[in-house]
Order: sequence, then C-alpha cells, then structure tokens
Amino acid sequence: MRKEILFKMKSTYRDDFCIEGYWFGSGEKTACIVGPMRGDEVQQQYICSQIVKALQERESSGEIADGKSILVIPSCNPFSMNVGRRFWAMDSTDINRMFPGYDQGETTQRIAAAVFKHIEGFKYGMQLASFYVPGEFVPHVRMLSTGYEDLETARLFGFPYITTRKPLPFDTTLLNYNWQIWNTSSFSIYAGLTDRIAPTTSGQTVDAVMRFLYNTQTLVSPRADELATLSPGFNSAYIDEDSLTAVVAHHAGVYVRRRFAGDFVAPGEVLAHIIHPYNGSVLEEVRSDTGGLIFFSHHRPMVFQNAMLYRIKANGK
Amino acid sequence: MIKTIVSTALPVAERLLIRKNVISNGKGKGRFCIVTGTHGDELEGQMVCYEMARLVQKHIDQLDGTVEIYPALNPLGIDTIQRGVPNFDLDMNRIFPGNEHGTMVEQTAFAIYKDLKGADMVLDIHSSNLYLRESPQVRINVLNEEELVPYAKHLGVDFVWVHDAATVLEATLAHSLNSTGTRCLVVEMGVGQRINHRMCCHLVKGIFNLMKEMGIWNGETDLTDMETGELLEPIFCKGDRVAFLNAECSGVFLTEMRSGKIVDKGQSIGQIVNPLTGEILSDVKSPIDGFLFTIRAYPIVYEGSLMARIFQYNAEETEIVKAVSAAEQ
Repeated sequence: MRKEILFKMKSTYRDDFCIEGYWFGSGEKTACIVGPMRGDEVQQQYICSQIVKALQERESSGEIADGKSILVIPSCNPFSMNVGRRFWAMDSTDINRMFPGYDQGETTQRIAAAVFKHIEGFKYGMQLASFYVPGEFVPHVRMLSTGYEDLETARLFGFPYITTRKPLPFDTTLLNYNWQIWNTSSFSIYAGLTDRIAPTTSGQTVDAVMRFLYNTQTLVSPRADELATLSPGFNSAYIDEDSLTAVVAHHAGVYVRRRFAGDFVAPGEVLAHIIHPYNGSVLEEVRSDTGGLIFFSHHRPMVFQNAMLYRIKANGK
Repeated sequence: MIKTIVSTALPVAERLLIRKNVISNGKGKGRFCIVTGTHGDELEGQMVCYEMARLVQKHIDQLDGTVEIYPALNPLGIDTIQRGVPNFDLDMNRIFPGNEHGTMVEQTAFAIYKDLKGADMVLDIHSSNLYLRESPQVRINVLNEEELVPYAKHLGVDFVWVHDAATVLEATLAHSLNSTGTRCLVVEMGVGQRINHRMCCHLVKGIFNLMKEMGIWNGETDLTDMETGELLEPIFCKGDRVAFLNAECSGVFLTEMRSGKIVDKGQSIGQIVNPLTGEILSDVKSPIDGFLFTIRAYPIVYEGSLMARIFQYNAEETEIVKAVSAAEQ
C-alpha cells in the first residue's frame, strides 16, 4: 500500500486540509473507491476503513492482479466530519455538487477538481454515497441513466438490487454523472445508513466491493478461507426508481415505525403509526397499498405532513 | 387579501405556511408577482416587499391590475437564519419546478411554481449570501436575453448581466418559469443577513417604473437616484467580460473597497493576512481596468473563496459606468 496526499490546503484556524489516497498494486488505473464527501457519512467512512484494511491484507497475500492498481480515497471532506456538519463548513456548499470541478474556482470547486484529476481515467469508479432524505435503504448500487450506465458490470457486486434514475438538471454536477461522461463505469453504492454505523449492512457492502474486485479480475485467487466466507452474492434485480411506490404521511407528528427497510409487507399492512405529539392519540395508521419489499424507510422520529415515509418495490414489478 | 398557497403540518402543533398578499384594483388583467425569501439568509427582499405592500395599498387608485407579494418562499429558513430548507439541507432554488408526488420540499416547490405560473412578470429578489456584497443587478440567462432585457432596463438597477446557460441552473425558479412561458427576472443586491435601505428604496422605484411600462401602474414614477438625482441607464454585460478574483491562499481578507467602484488595473482591492504571524499573505490586485460590482463581505477566506467580480468595460461604455459608479458612492 502506498499513501499519497492528493490535495492539501492551508487553513488559517485549523490543521491543513488533506485528502489522502491509498494505492494498492500498480499499473492500469482499474478501480477507484471514493468515500465520504459529506460530514455525516459515518457509515461510509467506516466502510472505507474496512475496505482499506481488507485490501492491505489482500495485497500482503499477493492478490492484487498484476498490472492493475486500486485507489481508495477514504474521505474527501474530513473537515466537515470533524465539526459535525454535512456540507463544507465555511459556506455550506456540497463537494458532490461541484464535479468535474474547477481548479481556479471556489474552494469546493477546487477540491472537486483535485479529486477528479486523480480519479479520472479509472476503468471502474465506486462512490459510497448518501441520500438527502434521512432514512435507511436496502443496500444497492445506484446509477444515473445517462446512456453510459453499465448495468451488466453493476451485477458483479452481487447486491440484490441495482437502481437507475433519470438525472435532473441539478445532477449534472455529481461525481457519478461526471465519471460516466468521462468513460468510467461508475457506481454509487448506498450502504443502508448514513449517520450511524450498521454492522450488518456495512459488512455486506465491504463484501460486495471485494466481490466486484474479484469478479473483474482486479483481485485474483481468493484464499480458500476467504472463498468460504465470501458469499457468491445475488443475481441482481434492476429497479427503475420511478417504479417504486411512495407511501406518504398524511399527518405530521411522532413517527413510530413498525416495519423497516428490507422487510416484505402485504397489501394493507400497517407500516407505522403517526402519533399526536401532545395527547398520544393515533393520527394515522400508515399502510402499504401494495405488497412488496420496503426499499427505503424514513427514520427520523418526527415527520412532516406529506413526508415520504417509505418507498416500496411492489411484488412482480 | 392574504392567501395561503402552502399549508403543511409540522410535527408539533404548527403549520408551514407560505403566504402571499394579493392586491387588486381596476379592470386591468396584468399580474405582477414579487417573490423573495427562497434563501433564508437573504433579507433585502423583506424591505422591498414591505414597501411595495405599503405603497401599492396607499395609492391603490393608481393600480390597474394585480400585484402579488410573496415575502417568504422558505419561511422556516428565514426564521432560523438558514439558507436552505431546515431539516433537509437543501437549496430550494435547485429543485424547481418541484414534484407534486415528491418529498415535502419538492411538493412545496411545485405548489409555488404552479401558483406563479401565468403571471405577466415575476420578480425574484435575492441578496447574494453572507459572503458577498453585490451592486444592484439583474441576472438573465442568455436563453432569455431577447425576452427579458427590455424589461430589466426599466428596473433602475446598476447592472444587467446576461450570463451563459448552465445545466445546473435549470432547476431554479427563474428558469422553470421562463422556460414555460412566464417571465421571471432575478434581482441580486446587497449582502446576506442585512438590509440596505437605499438599495431597497431604489429597487421599489424601479418596480413601479416597470409596472408602469407594463400598464399595471398609473402613478408617477421616479427612477432618479435618491442622492444624485440622476436618471440611470444600467451597465449591460454579456459574454466573457467579468474577471473573478478568487483567494490564492487561506487567511483573513481585509478590504475597505465597496461595490460599485471603478478600479484600475493593478489597484489594490485588499489583502489576505495571517492574524497569528502578522504576515501579509496576498496583496489582491485588480487584473483589469473595470467596474467592481461584487466584493467579499465575510472576511475569512479559504483558498479559492471569491473576493470580487470586476466588469471589463469598453471606451463606449465609460460614461454609463462613471454615472452608475457616481450614483453608488
């Protein structure tokens, strides 16, 4: 493993801002894994640390394929995580809305440009991403439908689901979008949670990344003991996000969940209760119109009226 | 008449309310909308709304049509001094036209868009942010130049900036309205979290002037500057004629420069200093002869922070620039 400072910037009141890269193997820029860009992506931070650890072990046992290199950037934004802010603390801009960046522009544009300069040209790009609505997902790979999305390669993670969605104008500055435009097979990995660490889904995600690296021959010859522990993964199903059924809160109040991301539910089943915050009465029994898998579940304890509480993959869709 | 266009329950005994004041008179069918408060840290529009509501009602007989005033598209943001929408960390001006089946914020954006659609003019008032102080200006996407510039010139602002189309800006309120047949002008002026009375009063005069041009206002309008008494023509900027001054290092940016000033090539705009060592880290100089219309207001900078924008004018524009600069000082 070789550690490299990819970007460094002086701060007047804090330590230097550094983005570090961890290189494994040498040769063709084959796989790049990018960690948190936002300060609350704690699960993503943990997963990156476990990926670096796993790759160190594999490099020691000679499993990095000859002529191939892997880069892991465990964090693009340590400053925000250290002060508990989601976005760049000075001006609340979002590094993941600044790609491909501009090296003569504003601070976060420069950070994005520096990151992109190092990660451009990789064959496969993986970003450990998060969603702006607070909640939990079934772990999956997500891609923007740009015409360059590589669905077949996405199956090599062995995640149960791969989702696609049409990009909005605002999405053209995302890393995923720009990686695709610049000929990298790009995957956003949603590891279930954002602001907390979930051992199960974080472990599944590390396994999926390792599986992908073996399946693309970036890693070779897993050890016998590893073969025994690394499951073959799923035959991934594709989901167009527009096909997911939204379950919306008709009332605001205290939100008590009964069913969670990953659960299968029957039509009409109660998913949650919304409780009056003063008198404890049940304002709403939140029910599913359709039977299927809970793909996303809102998880803050208080909800607004019209908040999206669940997204369900209907049976047969 | 006060109308509520969005009413959404919040978790504990409160509703999110987005309201407008609809003021009508006469037989005119014209509808002029003034919106502001999309970003909760921008307050100049509050005084403009207050003055418009006050003056239109005071001189209601001179109104021939409808004025609608929306002071707070993001009321929770204003109340909590947050630029974005609280609880969502989301810039509301990046999700238009919204989605009636989307998240709560997307539904809110859709309701606002739907309510404004069909107006003869929407004026969307912004005041930069906490970091930058702006001369009064109208910003127009080059795609809407032909349609909007003739209207913008009646507003009495210092600067009309026709900028390039950017995909990311397609999610703004202005783009969503302009691209679907409702004219929307974006005004930027002042600085976040503050109100500049002079700028606000001058814009109010400009709004009445534009309403008069559109046949919605019959009263006298006076677009001369309050202090100089001069009738101003705006500086018109199109194309690659703006120099951006970004900080070459992190530090504290010290400047006494104000926006609206003519600067010479090589003239010092300010200095970036280190308060710990007493060093001057960077002497920030103008790269061109030009008109400085943006200056940094918040002193702490990181490498790349924007400190100033300067418009490079040509010889034929000198007199206009001098007049605007004289009126601003």
